[in-house]
Amino acid sequence: MNAALGAVRKPVPPAASAARPDPLVGLKPRLEVRNLNFFYGAKHALFDISLTVPINRVTALIGPSGCGKSTLLRTLNRMHETVKSSRLEGQILLDGENVLDQDVTRLRRRVGMVFQRPNPFPKSIFDNIAYGLRVNGYRGSISEAVEKSLRRAALWEEVKDALHKSAYALSGGQQQRLCIARALAVDPEVLLLDEPCSALDPISTAKIEELLFGLKEICTMVIVTHNMQQAARSSDLTAFMLEGHLVEFQTTEQLFTTPSDPRTEAYITGRFG
Amino acid sequence: MERHFEKELEELKDRLVWMGSLAERAVHQAVQAVLDGEKDMANRVIEEESAINEMQIEVDERVVKLLATQQIMAGDLRFAIAVSRINGDLERIGDQAVNIAQSALRILRHPRVKPYVDLPRMSEIAEEMVRDSLNSLVRRDVELARNVLARDDVVDSLRNQIFRELLTYMMENSAVVFPAFELILVAKNLERIADHATNIAEDVIFMVAGRDVRHPAVDRR
Amino acid sequence: MSGWAGAAYGRFRKVNSYVWLGMTAVCAILVVGVLFFILGYLVWNGGSDVNLNFFTQLPKPVGETGGGMANAIVGSIKLLLLASLIGIPIGVVGGIYMAEFGGRFSAFIIQYTADLLNGVPSIVIGLFTYSLIVIRMKHFSTLAGGFALGIMMVPITLRSTEQFLRSVPVTLREGAMALGASKWRTIVSVVVPAAYRGILTAILLALARVAGETAPLLFTALNNRYWSPGWNQPTASLPVVVYTYAISPYDDWHRQAWAAGLVLLGMVLLTNIIARAVLSRGISAPR
Repeated sequence: MNAALGAVRKPVPPAASAARPDPLVGLKPRLEVRNLNFFYGAKHALFDISLTVPINRVTALIGPSGCGKSTLLRTLNRMHETVKSSRLEGQILLDGENVLDQDVTRLRRRVGMVFQRPNPFPKSIFDNIAYGLRVNGYRGSISEAVEKSLRRAALWEEVKDALHKSAYALSGGQQQRLCIARALAVDPEVLLLDEPCSALDPISTAKIEELLFGLKEICTMVIVTHNMQQAARSSDLTAFMLEGHLVEFQTTEQLFTTPSDPRTEAYITGRFG
Repeated sequence: MERHFEKELEELKDRLVWMGSLAERAVHQAVQAVLDGEKDMANRVIEEESAINEMQIEVDERVVKLLATQQIMAGDLRFAIAVSRINGDLERIGDQAVNIAQSALRILRHPRVKPYVDLPRMSEIAEEMVRDSLNSLVRRDVELARNVLARDDVVDSLRNQIFRELLTYMMENSAVVFPAFELILVAKNLERIADHATNIAEDVIFMVAGRDVRHPAVDRR
Repeated sequence: MSGWAGAAYGRFRKVNSYVWLGMTAVCAILVVGVLFFILGYLVWNGGSDVNLNFFTQLPKPVGETGGGMANAIVGSIKLLLLASLIGIPIGVVGGIYMAEFGGRFSAFIIQYTADLLNGVPSIVIGLFTYSLIVIRMKHFSTLAGGFALGIMMVPITLRSTEQFLRSVPVTLREGAMALGASKWRTIVSVVVPAAYRGILTAILLALARVAGETAPLLFTALNNRYWSPGWNQPTASLPVVVYTYAISPYDDWHRQAWAAGLVLLGMVLLTNIIARAVLSRGISAPR
């Protein structure tokens, strides 16, 4: 009788999710900020910030203009020291060692940075990527390292026949990917990105977001963005900052569906101000 | 800062509440039709169902548009998702009311089986559950929603009671099988209505508190 | 209907606009006209004397016609070479210091003194060099002349270098520093290359400026009717020769003075044109 009904196909459960990495519980921290207070001269800009950036994940810093997110980002590789009146109290630990004690040029090889507007050097594409290698005394094959970086930044196919052309011949989106490749060339452990897509069109933005997704395996990333949707799309953890304070720091999923602080809710639902 | 999409959220809520009151009225009138044998009332319920269905489609369209164009987040996002779920439950309640009305029409042709005692009680509780679940939505009242959830057991036990009673009647007197059977169907539909009311309450809890309490046995943490 | 001016106002505005545009055109023509007038005058008076002899022969003794200014041309070149050796390094490195390291106070002092130095009359600089070098050495020399010209080049190259370096965007420096480059490495490998066109232009313009200075040379390099070997002897130079020949009583020499003036002006013009061409190939800054 059952045979007349036809065999029922055994249901096959869907494959385990490859898109999202494992839950964040139990991840090693790569960068730790402890009780950070930052001053521009007399102005107190960051108030007692404590934050843990886990390894091989993307952490986003969001908040309204002037909340201190870029300021915080720049302390992570000590770029704030280019401004003479800046002062920092507290600790920033990279793999447990305080970055404030280290040699700053060595630190910046391990913690790279990509800026808001693409800033390639007035040199050829090849020399741009090779710059970091040469400055840090790389002993291996420079052209291999350049190719590797360009592949990682998804730019190799587009420029492999034009490596000696000026970097300024590239489009805005390509220039930004070049800057990412340049930062990657020295194999940083952490990559800091300060609003990397804000000067780019949507397609270039999408390409870079995909790129960041793939880089997670080799790099820990901290990205500052004023575009909440980008933070929601690209990051695993999100920190919301307001007027120099860290208001909330959670997994992205939690923060954007059920934030705990009403100020966070007001900001991300667009009712701020 | 007020945003223009807040108006859309308000309109969405209004439509849902309107749909809810239509559904509530449909249930009430359908049960009246059964209890009092009113043919016109039953027919009216059947006719008015289309209003509920139209509103379901409109609400769904609005939700899709809101999600696509406004990139809503957090509380607003949970609200939109809750609305689209509650929408479905209200439409099903409407359908169940129509089923009850149709049973009412069929029962009319037969004499009354027994004095109605449990059925009015059950329908009162079910209607209250629907009303309260919608109130908890409007007032964002989690306690009220939980209260609705608690009453579901009462409705279930009433249904079982009615089943047993009517089965006994059917076994004793085969002439009443048809009307008794229809009454069993009515009870079944009322129990389904109460279930949908609890679904609405669960959606309200999700909307307000961000917790999914639909299947406590499933542990996602 | 009221609130806006009528048609007459519109006509007035049009006419007004044309009048003023016309006047700016007139002024522009005047400026260009003056230059062409001078050039034309020089060509008219000295053009015929600018020939191969002019560039290859030494001046003939008084009374004899012909002869050239080969020694003055070579002398000018030697002087400018020496001036560059002094003026360029000090100016460029000083400009780097100002742009990259200058604190508010030191920047102010250096800027102020550079501008003052720029304004010092060239003859005073000549006097200064005279007392510093010529008296010590007990004779006039190419060295002293080059030194005086070099001092004059310093403020020009310094301020221009500083300005072109400052115009390099901060983001370029930050990009290099974020890769682990030290401040000095950043300057040398990124900032200066980014500004090099501007700096080159500044150098060329400074050279063009000092090439025509006469007064300081009168006290330092003096003049010479023959070749001036080495650096320790007085040398002829184009501007000084113009002066000497122009105030002489000989017609032949007058004509040669015109010719020298023409060659000098030609050199200055050429340098300026090259400088503009180099600069207009685009300052090497990103989009």
